[in-house]
Amino acid sequence: MMTLKVNGREHQVDAEADTPLLYVLRDDLKLNAAKFGCGLGQCGSCTVIVDGQAVLSCVTPMVLLEGKQVTTLEGLGTIAEPAPIQRAFMEEQAAQCGYCIPGMMMRAQALLQKNSKPTDEQIRAELEPHLCRCGTHMRILRAVHRAARLMDTADASTTAKGSAR
Amino acid sequence: MRASARIIAGIAAVVLIATAATAFAIAWRPAIATIDPPGPQAFDTALVKRGRDLAAIGNCSDCHTLRGGKNFAGGLPVSTPFGTIFSTNITPDPDTGIGRWSEAAFRRAMRSGVNREGQHLYPTFPYDHFTNVSDEDDRALYAFLMTRQPVRAAPPENQLSFPFNQRLAIAGWKLLFLRHDTHRPDPKQSAEWNRGAYLVEGLAHCGACHTPRNALGAERVSAQFSGGDVDDWHAYAINEQSRSPVPWTADALFAYLREGWHPDHGTARGPMAKVVSNLSSVPASDVRAIAVYMAGVSDKPASARAEPNEAALARAGRAAQTNSAGASIYAAACASCHEGRRPLPYSGVNLSLSTAISSPDPRNLANIVLSGVDAVEGERSPIMPGFAASMNDEQASALLNYLRARFSEQPTWTDLKKTIADARRTQAVFLQTSPGPRNAPADPQQREKP
Repeated sequence: MMTLKVNGREHQVDAEADTPLLYVLRDDLKLNAAKFGCGLGQCGSCTVIVDGQAVLSCVTPMVLLEGKQVTTLEGLGTIAEPAPIQRAFMEEQAAQCGYCIPGMMMRAQALLQKNSKPTDEQIRAELEPHLCRCGTHMRILRAVHRAARLMDTADASTTAKGSAR
Repeated sequence: MRASARIIAGIAAVVLIATAATAFAIAWRPAIATIDPPGPQAFDTALVKRGRDLAAIGNCSDCHTLRGGKNFAGGLPVSTPFGTIFSTNITPDPDTGIGRWSEAAFRRAMRSGVNREGQHLYPTFPYDHFTNVSDEDDRALYAFLMTRQPVRAAPPENQLSFPFNQRLAIAGWKLLFLRHDTHRPDPKQSAEWNRGAYLVEGLAHCGACHTPRNALGAERVSAQFSGGDVDDWHAYAINEQSRSPVPWTADALFAYLREGWHPDHGTARGPMAKVVSNLSSVPASDVRAIAVYMAGVSDKPASARAEPNEAALARAGRAAQTNSAGASIYAAACASCHEGRRPLPYSGVNLSLSTAISSPDPRNLANIVLSGVDAVEGERSPIMPGFAASMNDEQASALLNYLRARFSEQPTWTDLKKTIADARRTQAVFLQTSPGPRNAPADPQQREKP
């Protein structure tokens, strides 16, 4: 048994040290946003955030996660209240089959947390480990830019609310 | 002023002027007249084809191409202890490249590190090796470069501090360190060996990375091939000081340089990945010659390295007991590939064969554990995921210590924390600027096309 912190909650999971995080997320915690694509850390569809960094969960064994905070797409927002990154991807209609999109969103989210106004070039470089075979790349790029703007306004409105109180 | 003081001042002035005049005479190089860009039709296709192979042996594209940039258009930052130097544009663009350079100007640059305008070039451009390239080969290289796509691109200004930003200082460097004709054929050796020596000491410039440099950035002749630095990687010792667990042979070197991997040594990666990628496309006879010559350099293995299995097993057991964190990370994150049944190069190498783990310098192991091995576009290639995002410094350090203790007989590395922090920082930059290995055409027919 080990403790795994996911989306702000602690879970007791019965997993071996070498079990990939992705299996625990999907099979034990039923968090199915992160996808199994290649299982070799080559396609990006399993990406989640661990301590602020985008991580390929299919090649990350549980032993590396002791004391770390895992965030999955489910932890960012809900259908009723999508997070800026989720809203942006919907508004830009960036998904076709959608299989790669949760991974794309998670790495984009990690990027935006570090760099709130990335350039086109920085987004392309950052998302390079992700494969999309439908070819919605241009929409994904636009969605990340849109998310950056949404987060910017969200921050501004939060600050405004804060100061009004 | 007293007479004696005046005489002293006079002598000092004369000495100063004479020194300045001598320095000027030594340092000054005339410009070579511009030519009208000759255009691709001016060159014989067979010559261009030979130039193409030679450029691959010289690994020219590695420094003269920026990731995402056009071939040979330069702009790659090369960090040196003296500052950052940006590679130049060697496409035939008339204004920003070498389009107006005559063959004589090109040959002078290769042989003595002076550009067409007469400025001294920094020895980041390895003319201390290229001085050995024959007129014939320079002609072919020139023909190849002058028939490439011209690209208009001026490299950024070098970022060097005084006095290194003074190009005249390079003249002094050349006086001290640039030797011409450092390669002479040895009639006692085979033609193949001599061909290899010509390539290794000249165009292939192996020593530029694999030989350590002195405080002024010149290769230490007395320590040739005993290991150097490149792009924050350690270029292994490839002489008798090699730490490769299995000694290199000419056959192994040939296979490694040609295919990019060997079952006894693993896969070429880091800056060497580009070298082997280039060598995969040149005539096999040249790669064979390089292998034969280098095997002669390294055929004195440092130690008898085949050890009894029991000793290795006992060591592995001890390592696991003293470093259980490292052992469990290895078992969970590494063993499934490095102890798997898939054959090389698509599995991980048996780590007891790893030179990185036996090397005195831990940087290569840190670089590879953190950044992995990227797939080569367009071909089957070895891959490894990087663990930079999923391992924190303590975990990476525990793993590296465990690998060292279990898979080598060498003493513990010190200051791994710093190595790991440096690897995180430098590899992020390296992977963004370096063009990475290109896929070699699988079909040899394609290589006939210049």
